[in-house]
Amino acid sequence: MLVLAIDTSNRALTVALASDQQLLGEITLNIKQTHSEGLMPAITYLFQAAKLKPAAIDRVAVAQGPGSYTGIRIAVTTAKTLAWTLNKELVGVSSLAVIASNVLSTQRLIVPVFDARRQAVFTGAYQWQQGHLVSVLSDRHIKLAAWLPELLATKQPLTFVGQTAVFSDTIRKMCGKQAKIAPEAANLPRGQQLAWLGQQAQPIANVHGFVPTYLRKTEAEATWLKNHPNNEGHEPYVEEI
Amino acid sequence: MQENSSQTRELILAFESSCDETSVAVIENGEKILANVIASQINSQKRFGGVVPEVASRHHVEQITLCAEEAMTQAHVTYADLTAVAVTYGPGLVGALLIGVSAAKAIAFAHQLPLIPVNHMAGHVYAARLVKPLTYPLIALLVSGGHTELVYMRTAGQFEIIGDTRDDAAGEAFDKVGRVLGLAYPAGGKIDHLASQGQDSFHFPRAMIKEANYDFSFSGLKSAFINTVHNAQQRGEALSHADLAASFQASVIDVIVTKTLRAVKQYGVQQLIMAGGVAANSGLRDRFRQEIAQRDLELDFVVPPLRLCGDNGAMIGAAAHVLYAQGVRGDAHLNADPSLSFPYLAANTTK
Ligand SMILES: Nc1ncnc2c1ncn2[C@@H]1O[C@H](COP(=O)(O)OP(=O)(O)OP(=O)(O)O)[C@@H](O)[C@H]1O
Ligand SMILES: [Mg+2]
Repeated sequence: MLVLAIDTSNRALTVALASDQQLLGEITLNIKQTHSEGLMPAITYLFQAAKLKPAAIDRVAVAQGPGSYTGIRIAVTTAKTLAWTLNKELVGVSSLAVIASNVLSTQRLIVPVFDARRQAVFTGAYQWQQGHLVSVLSDRHIKLAAWLPELLATKQPLTFVGQTAVFSDTIRKMCGKQAKIAPEAANLPRGQQLAWLGQQAQPIANVHGFVPTYLRKTEAEATWLKNHPNNEGHEPYVEEI
Repeated sequence: MQENSSQTRELILAFESSCDETSVAVIENGEKILANVIASQINSQKRFGGVVPEVASRHHVEQITLCAEEAMTQAHVTYADLTAVAVTYGPGLVGALLIGVSAAKAIAFAHQLPLIPVNHMAGHVYAARLVKPLTYPLIALLVSGGHTELVYMRTAGQFEIIGDTRDDAAGEAFDKVGRVLGLAYPAGGKIDHLASQGQDSFHFPRAMIKEANYDFSFSGLKSAFINTVHNAQQRGEALSHADLAASFQASVIDVIVTKTLRAVKQYGVQQLIMAGGVAANSGLRDRFRQEIAQRDLELDFVVPPLRLCGDNGAMIGAAAHVLYAQGVRGDAHLNADPSLSFPYLAANTTK
């Protein structure tokens, strides 16, 4: 099975082409550029270098969020359009799982974090079980100060990975010896890992309905729903005219 | 059926997602609509009294492949039939634009098709090409939610601004005064309707109508309107909404029609195109027709049907046809440009 993997959830961009047996190629960029400019040239180069036609793939695996809203939309739109237009399989993988899979320890709870600003994080907890990366505490958007006690209560050794730099002091202070922070090299998402996770996942049944995992409502919608719990006849939101 | 008909047929798959409509169209030879699927988010955005960019972007992701599939199905075409893929890359909301741009690039890559980046406002102008052939030079009046522009076209695909709004766009002004009258967003159509039942009794200012340029300003009118309503409220006096709407609309129409026809005369054009959402305004359409008839002008006044005045993929496909012939191509790097605009006509190069 030939998989094209795409992740533009945060600052880094990573794409890979991989078969069951091996990685054919991976491009990972960690520079300041818009993913809209960077993604398609990277994909184009991968196929050129591998001397493959787009239709040669069997599946597109995409990091579907959480992450930067614009970033996950670029990856998801590109991935779902490719899968739909080429009539290939599509799988969505948690962007947090992609980072978590960089940590190989089987003994510890792996805690990927993305900075969601205002002291909050996108995070979850993962564990290797029989060679599979399993989500044990679901992905969420939460204040770090509320998240750390929950993790400590598991009594398990923790490894934090991802955008840990801004939080490392707080983590060390609150978790002490129970927590480790993964080395810098583990913090970048890798297309190869995403391709591998994507090979194991179940394909999406309805490609059209596939959307990013934002984990947060927009502020406007949250406020609206608070004041209009019944939504007052505004559905369907989108209609063909 | 001709044997080579599929070879002479130029088919463009066109994407539009600059604001709150997701639209995909298939256009034949730049003039014939084979499909023009439009998914409007208006129900959703009404909740907020205007377009919330993040909400718009989210809806576009939900709709984009659905619209594309339906367009291809309605047009009875396959990828092998397509000549190129076109997409609006600006101006508009950046997050919204990026959905169309990402999808169009993916399809162009998947099927090795040329990609044609299209300026949304060029699309609004070329909506007229779906009605009839254009004769250059011409002037296009673009009146929409985000723009009020007079554009001079010497020839196909060449756009130069000769006048622009200094503040609010005409559609924006309609929406803002509509809000003051308690009308749901977007208020343009409702004001249009109300205006037809009232009289221009408030005599709001006609901003910049006499100035020797082709620019517009609607914020003063908006303020005058709001002050009138508020002052009456403070006095506990009820004003006729129909008269308010009629007075507001009369001011907008007076200025737009006067300055546009002056430009038509100065530039000596024989075709005037009016496009954009506000071109739906019945008062504005009627007044242009009246003035043109009264002044006995030899002017071909073209207004696309309502469906083509709002945002739609068909107009992007029509514009792309012209750009394609001129060799305009986008590549894998294509990005959204939210503040894309036409150049201004250099001062000394009139005619
Ligand atoms: N009958 C009408 N009279 C006046 N204004 C109208 C009428 N119908 C629609 N409008 C206005 O048209 C605007 C929407 O037009 P359109 O969809 O072309 O704008 P947009 O695409 O948001 O802006 P732009 O094209 O500049 O980016 C709204 O402001 C709406 O109130
Ligand atoms: Mg528009």
